[in-house]
Amino acid sequence: MSAASAAPIQEPTSFAFTPENLDRAQKIIAKYPAGRQMSAVMPLLDLAQRQNDGWLPRVAMDYVADLLKMPRIKAYEVATFYTMYNLSPVGKHVVQVCTTTPCWLRGSDDVVKACEDKMGVALGETSADGRFTLREVECLGACVNAPIVQIGDDFYEDVSPQHMTAIIDALTRGEKPAAGSQTGRQASCPAGGPTTLKAFAAPQAKE
Amino acid sequence: MPKLTIDGIEIEVEAGTSVLQACEQLGIEIPRFCYHERLSVPANCRMCLVEMERAPKPIAACAMPCADGMVIKTDTPTVHKARKGVMEFLLINHPLDCPICDQGGECDLQDQAVAYGMDKGRYTEAKRAVKDKYMGPVIKTIMTRCIHCTRCVRFINEIAGVPALGGVFRGEHMEITTFVEQAIGSEMAGNLADVCPVGALTHKPYAFTARPWELRKTESVDVFDAVGSNIRVDVRGPEVMRVLPRVNEDINEEWLSDKSRYACDGLKRQRLDRPYVRKNGKLQPASWAEAFTAIAAKLKGLSGDRIAAITGDLVDVESVTALKDLMAALGSANLDCRQDGALYDTSVRAGYLFNSTIAGIEQADVILLVGTNPRHEAALVNARIRKRYLQGGLTVGVIGGNPSLNYPATILGNGPAAVQALIDGQGDFAAVLKNAKAPLIIVGQGAFQRPDALAVHALVRQLAESVGAVREGWNGFSMLHTAAGRVGALDVGFVPGPGGRDLAGILDGASKGAIEVVFLLGADEIDTAKLGSAFVIYQGHHGDAGAHRADVILPGAAYTEKNATYVNTEGRPQLGRLAVFPPGEAREDWKILRALSDVLGHTLPYDSLSQVRARMVEINPVFAKTNTVVPAPWQSFGTAGAVADTDFVSPVANFFMTDPISRASATMAACSETVQPAQERTGTHG
Repeated sequence: MSAASAAPIQEPTSFAFTPENLDRAQKIIAKYPAGRQMSAVMPLLDLAQRQNDGWLPRVAMDYVADLLKMPRIKAYEVATFYTMYNLSPVGKHVVQVCTTTPCWLRGSDDVVKACEDKMGVALGETSADGRFTLREVECLGACVNAPIVQIGDDFYEDVSPQHMTAIIDALTRGEKPAAGSQTGRQASCPAGGPTTLKAFAAPQAKE
Repeated sequence: MPKLTIDGIEIEVEAGTSVLQACEQLGIEIPRFCYHERLSVPANCRMCLVEMERAPKPIAACAMPCADGMVIKTDTPTVHKARKGVMEFLLINHPLDCPICDQGGECDLQDQAVAYGMDKGRYTEAKRAVKDKYMGPVIKTIMTRCIHCTRCVRFINEIAGVPALGGVFRGEHMEITTFVEQAIGSEMAGNLADVCPVGALTHKPYAFTARPWELRKTESVDVFDAVGSNIRVDVRGPEVMRVLPRVNEDINEEWLSDKSRYACDGLKRQRLDRPYVRKNGKLQPASWAEAFTAIAAKLKGLSGDRIAAITGDLVDVESVTALKDLMAALGSANLDCRQDGALYDTSVRAGYLFNSTIAGIEQADVILLVGTNPRHEAALVNARIRKRYLQGGLTVGVIGGNPSLNYPATILGNGPAAVQALIDGQGDFAAVLKNAKAPLIIVGQGAFQRPDALAVHALVRQLAESVGAVREGWNGFSMLHTAAGRVGALDVGFVPGPGGRDLAGILDGASKGAIEVVFLLGADEIDTAKLGSAFVIYQGHHGDAGAHRADVILPGAAYTEKNATYVNTEGRPQLGRLAVFPPGEAREDWKILRALSDVLGHTLPYDSLSQVRARMVEINPVFAKTNTVVPAPWQSFGTAGAVADTDFVSPVANFFMTDPISRASATMAACSETVQPAQERTGTHG
């Protein structure tokens, strides 16, 4: 038999939005018709997660539920359903490597290996210095630029193990490496420049 | 009105009927787990799949509304294969532990697996295990057995109105849980085990005690509140094993409050199983003859005005009738059935009935609660109000207390002044009440446990009349009682006769020596210290306050041990039936009184139950027809007069302990420790 196991977590004793976040929360709630404030639960949980170092303690769920005047269990249901809400503390950078078929065919196993070697953690773990949490995720929906790695809110595309190492180094130094394609191609255009409809292309400037 | 064909039979149904309901109308059985006729329809178990012509795949019958020209087939190879497949999926993670499961023998999954499942399993991989959850003292959980039908979640959210359960995580990791590891703060939590189609939620007090096929089932009536819920008493040998609800759409639908369901373990404790007589200040076991002789010796030559009788909350109409006739023969008019000290005009039947009827609550559009917390006093009346609230367009006002209700309510005040304000048309709510199509005023016992109660009675009548709550086809004046024996006793007139004393008068007389003999028929809630040096005869089934004070104890039968009539708060006489025999030398109550009357030389003129019932009909014709409510004609009642502006207070402070049986129950003790605080936490105003 298999069962989900939950490690004991050091829960904070209280949670409340900062004045700025409370202001943002009110703006989000105002988007929904009167009596439908409950609809704001997902953006508010996200806001709470961002305020609380990237994870959602139970007190934060309670706070959001009370703010929206909804049963606490309902906020708990939402928070546990979506994988984007972290129910236990995470590192400063949450590195999520896509390993679904297209990314896997394009070498995501090597990207995972590079991450593990560089961070010294296995999938699902947080590094001892609290800097990185490494995760495997299902399809991130950017298969044309496989392999994909999501770090925080940014997508890093066309990632090779070398790119990955460089990104981790940059993050360790406190820099913010440029998101998007690591090989420099524009969006999901062909890697070697245009291949079709060349005749219609604007004449290239002479070099 | 869509017309469709099911298995070749044409049927016309109401618009909005689901295919499953249409099949039921034709008597075609559709298997289901998540669908429950009183809950919302999630269509997540997929067991009710049927074939629909021109549909590419089977459809879920419970969630598909009937449409014109539909052709449904419920008995084709495709349907059978679909059901087999669904059943196989459901059984993937369900443990094969039926031999140690309390649901075994009355399990939907077990039955439907036999009827619609495969003969063997093909699944060899690891099953999942789920940690059991704590849900309080009445619900036991074995969550590995859960098939995620979410009936419990819907019940607790919709019917009980306590959002305590939810489904967390997703997919294979989904679990039903409380938030978080707390007892469910509901007075109806026991129904969770009833709605659960598998053995995931079972009754904790009943765990591992009996199998359904060992039990003898008796259909009876509940006595723990004045609702008169219909129950089934399950008995093994001489022991009541459990109490389950019976469907009665007019009263309890198919629900039951936790007190009615779980207090039955109190029937085995603190029982009076033989007569006692006090000798030299100590109660000594005695024979029936000795007990009767002691009473006869005391009563000999005593004039009627020095004798009094008080009846309790659980008494049946037969014994009250016998006691009333006996007291009349002894020449006493000192009778009262209102042991809680409530006073109201008893001359007009409409003045003390729940005239709107419980089912009638669904027609009301404005409800005013006066001096009552229906959640504690009559949980199923409260459930009906909540049901009405969920239908939309209901306004509720409350006068007296700040009850934690599970629907929104406006607090209008605390005492009679707020009632007067409504009569005078002050405040927004007065206009709402005045303009209501069917205003309903529910007035509880909390409004009448005061010296100026008769004036309060008149004041509330005045309010009902001024807002037009009493009109052709609608009587919106409803008194909510808390005692199962009350309305029946009022209907046979167990109230002070001409020149007789009421409860306060009896207690006053007893303490001053003017009353020398007090007969307590199951009356335990009175202040026994005030009985002074009176000779007290206690007839009842539990060794509670009354028996403690008694000079002679006559052991009677509890509600599961006698064939008896009870009248609920609506004025509906119902028959309780004997499920087990009274313990030891205890006897049915009316027979005790009949035997005593013989010793006293005032033999009562009935020798059989049917003769007692004939006498009841003679006193009040409403007893001629059981299970029906005879509408009471509206007349003036109450005595207009000055009312003091003291607050109304609900008489039920602890829902779980209100009478000798529930006070003797270990389950109720556990509930009042854990659930009572939780209830206060979960109310709208909590």
